[in-house]
Amino acid sequence: MSSNYEDRDLGFEQYDRTMPRGPRRMQRRKICRFCIEKVDLIDFKDVKLLQSYVPERGKILPRRISGVCAAHQRMLAEAIKRARNIALLPYAAD
Amino acid sequence: MAEKRIYELIFIVDPDVADDEVMKLSEGVQKIITGQGGSITKTEMMGKRQMAYEINHKKNGTYVLLEVEGSGAEIAEVERRMRVNDQILRYMTIRVDEARRRADKLKDRRARKAAKQPGSGKAKKAVVDFGSDEELAS
Repeated sequence: MSSNYEDRDLGFEQYDRTMPRGPRRMQRRKICRFCIEKVDLIDFKDVKLLQSYVPERGKILPRRISGVCAAHQRMLAEAIKRARNIALLPYAAD
Repeated sequence: MAEKRIYELIFIVDPDVADDEVMKLSEGVQKIITGQGGSITKTEMMGKRQMAYEINHKKNGTYVLLEVEGSGAEIAEVERRMRVNDQILRYMTIRVDEARRRADKLKDRRARKAAKQPGSGKAKKAVVDFGSDEELAS
């Protein structure tokens, strides 16, 4: 049973990394916007900026979509959570 | 505890409270802080704005931001008072000095890196602009 799962995992990984099928998957890789702008600190009061990383539903945009680097995603997540606490951003929206 | 810490103290006041009352409230908070040996480095009335969700069945709130320098004891006192004040819908204190120091360090490192290899620094920038994969990996 377990080997069965492993096979599936491997298959998925291969599919994900090496087989961008169709024209839609061929998009150029995104670059972290904060790195280019040399941002060292993300302020939780900057609602406009944070909002661009919080889609309608109110969830934090994953970095596989936004292209933000790991370090900046951490800062961003922290800032968004602080903004939520003080009602600048929603916890959940519908 | 020897070093001074910097905090950002933000709180939301009931929108039905008049502006001068909010002013008074803010001054009261500042008095508590200075009384406990802290100091105020910045005050900002962010004004009335719509909150992202309702707090105590209120849709709006008046935001006040203070920047406080101190040992941390005054924060405890202020938070204790805010908790029992029902004009204050919500408050949040964040320690910012450590994050700012970290940011300064990053800036410093970048400056030194650029000074050390001015040529390669430029070349690297060009790579970023083209958005190649090597830059992502590094």
